[in-house]
Amino acid sequence: MKVLSALAATLFALAVWQAIVSLTGLPKFILPGPALVAETWWQNRWLIAEHTWVTAIEVVIGLACGTVLGVITALQLANSRAARVLVRPMLVFTQALPVFALAPLLTLWLGYGLWSKVAMAVLIIYFPITSSFFDGLMRTPQGYLDLARTMQASPRAVLWHIRIPAALPSLASGMRLAAVYAPIGAVIGEWVGSSQGLGYLMLLANGRAKTDLMFAAMLTLGVFSILLHWGMNRATARMAGDGH
Amino acid sequence: MTPAPDLTISGQAHINGATLFAPLTLTLAAGQWTCLLGGSGVGKTTILRLIAGLDTGARFSGHITASDGQPVAERVAYMAQDDLLLPWDTVAQNVTLGARLRGETPDLARRDRLIARMRLQDHLTKKPAELSGGQRQRVALARTLMEDRPIVLLDEPFSALDARTRADMQDLAAEALQGRTVLLVTHDPAEAARLGQTITVMTPQGLIPCAPPHAPAPRNVDDLETLETQGALLRLLREDAA
Repeated sequence: MKVLSALAATLFALAVWQAIVSLTGLPKFILPGPALVAETWWQNRWLIAEHTWVTAIEVVIGLACGTVLGVITALQLANSRAARVLVRPMLVFTQALPVFALAPLLTLWLGYGLWSKVAMAVLIIYFPITSSFFDGLMRTPQGYLDLARTMQASPRAVLWHIRIPAALPSLASGMRLAAVYAPIGAVIGEWVGSSQGLGYLMLLANGRAKTDLMFAAMLTLGVFSILLHWGMNRATARMAGDGH
Repeated sequence: MTPAPDLTISGQAHINGATLFAPLTLTLAAGQWTCLLGGSGVGKTTILRLIAGLDTGARFSGHITASDGQPVAERVAYMAQDDLLLPWDTVAQNVTLGARLRGETPDLARRDRLIARMRLQDHLTKKPAELSGGQRQRVALARTLMEDRPIVLLDEPFSALDARTRADMQDLAAEALQGRTVLLVTHDPAEAARLGQTITVMTPQGLIPCAPPHAPAPRNVDDLETLETQGALLRLLREDAA
């Protein structure tokens, strides 16, 4: 049923797209139709695959690093009042900066290759991961904490046996959000300076008025992001307590 | 387990300058069940939490002492209306939570004996969500017994259960907690009349002692004197509210 409705929605979108192309009669370097994009995609499948692979590596490494960093930061914040006072305002401030503006800086510092894109992905997911996990850690049901107190539990044991497990569903929702954001971060990084990746391919195709290739790359990125989001949902299902 | 001591709490409590309860003295007899009965907001749970060493939001001036002179808060086991089972742990893990939190090796033989005694042996590896309300409270009782403390504090532990399960749990708890100094905080006159070896009604004016029925606790649900006591307690609660 879910597959059917997804299929129906896709067909509908394609029909609307084709209708706009046919009705407006726009030239194909402005708006290529679905058939042309599909053909271009097929002709360039190896090229697109190569660039998708580069972007995928950046995204996966970015997700892993961002999650680890976010989890560590959230634990520090939850454990120390001083950290909350000193670090938290800074975290919020970094969110007020447009990431786009930081991208050239990262390229300057980390070079043209993989790591400036990984850093961009990390930067963009670090906050959602940190803040969702931190919120979870600070919202442990009071009853559990009372019980632990009467059992003479050390703060470390309470953290390990109660607060962290109780916060895992929050962390899972942060990670699901991160899976959506991370590809955006990587592509921004590629946009600003790179010689590989889907973001680079899109920019290149756009610059040469190969709008059909640009669309093919963009749709590939969309499908990749959806698959990543779906995979992350599956991977975090146990953490989120979907099975309780 | 050290022998169960007498326990005395004596003092008064304020919340934001308003009096929660005026100076009072409550003594829990060693190795006996004391039922503290009262309406909502009268401060009975505060008394229990003060004994347990938990935050109450109230400012308490007074003292809490045990007849053997030993500290109190570290010798209590605590059971609340919410079973407080960790949903991500199995029944077996929940029962040994105290040992795990203290970094001790749990006594597995003892755990298994308690689980059998609570008739939970078929549910050892289940998660709490797979259990009924009554089963969950039996796991909570097993966890409380696993702590093996001389003082047991029960904060309306049976009030969310249906009538039949509640009566079963009362029997089970009365039998299992024999010989410990038990404080049961409840708003249910029937529960106090069935289980109390000492019964005290808490009102805004202070504590009113009530004579418990003569039959040994847990008393039969249809014991005549128990029913009379239940009626008398309810009348007292209503007069107090009027």
